Order: sequence, then structure tokens, then C-alpha cells
Amino acid sequence: MSLENLYAQEIDDPTLIDEEEVRRTPFWDWDVAIDAFPSILEAFIKYTLLVTVLGTLIAAVLGLVIAVLILTLPKPLAWIVKWLANFIRMTPIVVQLIFVFWAFLGTIEPLTMGIIVFGVHYATYMSEVYRAGIESVPKGQWEATTALSMSPVRTWQKVVIPQALRSTVPSLGNYAISMFKDTPFLIVIGVAEMVTAASAYGAPLSRHTEVYTIAGLIFLAASYPTAVLVNRLEKRLAYAH
Amino acid sequence: MPTPTEAAGTQPSPAASSSADTPVIEFVDVEKRFGDNVVLKDLNFQVARGERVTLIGPSGSGKTTILRLVMTLEELSGGYIYIDGQPLTHEQRGGKRVPVSKKQQKALRTRIGMVFQQFNLFPNMTVLENITEAPIHVLGQTKAQAVQKAHSLLEQVGLPDKADAHPTSLSGGQQQRVAIARALAMDPEILLLDEVTSALDPEVVGDVLNILREVADTTNVTMLIVTHEMGFARDVSHKVMMFDGGRVVEEGHPEQIFTNPSHERTKKFLGAVLGH
Repeated sequence: MSLENLYAQEIDDPTLIDEEEVRRTPFWDWDVAIDAFPSILEAFIKYTLLVTVLGTLIAAVLGLVIAVLILTLPKPLAWIVKWLANFIRMTPIVVQLIFVFWAFLGTIEPLTMGIIVFGVHYATYMSEVYRAGIESVPKGQWEATTALSMSPVRTWQKVVIPQALRSTVPSLGNYAISMFKDTPFLIVIGVAEMVTAASAYGAPLSRHTEVYTIAGLIFLAASYPTAVLVNRLEKRLAYAH
Repeated sequence: MPTPTEAAGTQPSPAASSSADTPVIEFVDVEKRFGDNVVLKDLNFQVARGERVTLIGPSGSGKTTILRLVMTLEELSGGYIYIDGQPLTHEQRGGKRVPVSKKQQKALRTRIGMVFQQFNLFPNMTVLENITEAPIHVLGQTKAQAVQKAHSLLEQVGLPDKADAHPTSLSGGQQQRVAIARALAMDPEILLLDEVTSALDPEVVGDVLNILREVADTTNVTMLIVTHEMGFARDVSHKVMMFDGGRVVEEGHPEQIFTNPSHERTKKFLGAVLGH
């Protein structure tokens, strides 16, 4: 078969992009954009936002628990916790999502799986942030709690953790935004979060620029204020000098 | 049920297995090493109830380490420390040196208060919370009791209107006065003062020392003091101990040590410190 024939045959293949068609249709169609917006926004709220908010909550709490366990447990136990956390942190979230999907298929809702996997995965990152924050609490603070005979629980609860949190807020905020941007990976466990929903809307119409632009803008519209908020919080938490 | 701590706060109690002549602090063959570095060696001394002892000597002579050992901020490498006749960290049992229970150590530790060079106030709490935290949660006082006591202590240290301030909004001298109030709020039997004026501006040193002079004059609290303020040491202490190389070079009444030191090392040190 000559090259010309092959080329001609491919042009006839309906699954391939018709370049003429592409050239004739506009880059941007406002009608499509306006029609697509509500369903993309709905997917954003129902899945992307839900997973991010609940995932961040789990990560923030579990991350602190992991950090405190590593710093307070007897050495061998602390080492096990540390190793587990490292293992989770050092493997891709996509692999974890697929693994959990097949391991717990039929027992846990995919959306719940997604929230848990995102929460646990990012908890291992946040635990490192907390650990650094805890280690940055000056030695004199610990010594003052000893001099006052404060109990270990009270020391952690009232002195160490509140002071550690101040320095960790910016990094924790960044991880929350990072998690938010990882949510499209939910597609691997069949959760139709915003980007999947955008694709599902655009594909049958052969309209792609509108739906992905909208998805991108929604990401931006949510990430940017979050970053600003984290920044403000950071400033508010800083001690007056 | 009265705990030994409560009894200790008011007067020497026979129930606390100590009589009036039991030393409040006793060091027996104390040794402290940091790695291979021997900071204290074969140290023996006693501090009587209500006695105020100042430790002087060049830096690195182990004075601060002694205070930190009493406050259990450092681990003892060898020997024994007794508080009111009871072992603080280790005891002899069956010819062996064994650690005491955490519970016993904590019970003894609540009788000891410490003021640090760097104040070490909790920046995330208000002044009032700094002072009332331990009385409420360690001694079990009611909030009302603790708050009332805190206000009277703030009055005593000259900061009656700073209860709701945060430590970071206070000057160094003010922070140190709050730290003194915080230590006193625990009604300590022993007060450890670790170079409490060394981090302060010269003009506020006098205020802080005057407050401590007043505490010395109006209470029976036993004090162990590390300071470079020789005038203060002379005024408040009953005894001065001169340290060098982890050993006591000379000890005696402040008048004698400061005006007529018998040891050459003491003469040299005081000459350097007092500038003559």
C-alpha cells in the first residue's frame, strides 16, 4: 500500500479528527460554555470540594497524630509508624487509589475511599510539617513546663502544639491546595469529579476548550482565595513583635 | 487528703518524713558528665530550710548545672540528690543505685520553682494564664483561687494591669517579673534563680532584684541563686559557694567571701567580676 493510499484511508476513518471540521468551528463557543457551566460546577461541589475539605480535615488531624506518635512512642514503635508514613508518602497517590479500589471493592463507596486515601496520603506529608513545627518549639518552653511540673498531656496540648501550629499553617495550607489539584486522579476509582465531568460534557459535543477552561477557572477561583486566606491566617497567628 | 506538697508549702511537716533540721537540698557524691566532659565531680553540700545560697564562679564551672539538676532538667550521672530527705532521681536500694518512681519525682518537683535567664514564658498564653496554668492543673487549685493569687502576685511584682497582656508585648524586665510571679504562684519551698538578670537591660536589673529581695525578706523560701550581681548576692544570701572546675573552691558567709576571700582562685575571680 502506497503512502498516499494510507493517508486517504485515514482521512476516511471517522474516529480521527477531521481537520477541515476543526478549522471551521470556532475556538470558543459561549453557548456551550454557558450550558456546560452548571454541570461542571455541580461536579466541583459534589466531589472535588467535598473530597478536598474532608480530606484536608483528615490529613490535618491524622498528620498531627502521626507526628506526636513518632515523637513520643518508644523507639521501636515510633520507627514502625515512621516507616509506614514514609511508605505512604513515597508511593504515588494514583497507585494507592487503585489499590484501595480493588482491595475494598464493593465494601466502601468509591467517594469514601477517595476521601480516606487523600486524607491518609496527605496526612503523611502534613506529619512532617508538624514534626518540624514541634521541633522548632524552643527548648526553654519544655523546660518551663518541667519547672511547673506540668503533665505531658497538658504540655503538648497547651504549650507545644499551639506553638508548633503557628509555624505550620502556611505549609498545611499549601498541602491543602496541592490535594485540591490532585483530585482529578479520582477518575481512576470512577469518581466523576470536576475534570471528569467536564470531559464527559465536552466529548460528545466535540467541544473541549470551553469545558476545560471552565474547570481550570473554577480551580483558580477556589485555590487563589484559599492561598490568600492562608496568608492572612499566617499573619494573624504571628506573634506581635 | 493533704498531699506532702500542700503541707510543705506552709511549714515543715513531720508527715513529710523530714524534720526542721533535715536539709531541704542535699547533694551526695553528685557527678555530672556531658559525654566525656565531667562538669561536676564528687559534689557534696547541703542547703538548710530557708537558707539562701549563691553559687558564684567562672562560666563553665557547673553552677547552672547544679540548678538544672535540682529542677530535673538534666540527668544525674552519679550520686544522689535529696529534697527534704527524699531521693529526687535515684535511691539506694539493696546496695544498688535505682531510679525513683516518676510519681515520687513529680511530687518532689512541685516543691521546686525556677526562674530562667530567658524567662521562658508561654507566648501563646496571656500573663494570667501563664501564672494560673500550673496552680490549677498541677496543684488542683480552683480557678478563682488561682486567679486571685495571680492578681496579688502581679501586684507584688509591680504589673497589676498586665494580666491580660501577652508576654511578647512586654519588655524583658516585665517578662522576667511575670516569670517570678509564675514561679511563686506554685508556693515553692525551693526557688532556683538561674542568672535571672543576665538577659535584661541594665536599667531594669535593679527592679527585678528588688522584687527578689522582697521575696527573700518576706518569705521563708529556700533559694539557690546563680548570679553575676555580686551586690545582690551579698545582700540576700546566707552563704556563698565559689565553684571552679566542678568543685567547691570555697564557701562561707557573703561578707567573708566578698571582703576577705581565703582562696586565691576566689580572689582572682572576684577581682575580675568586681573590677578591682
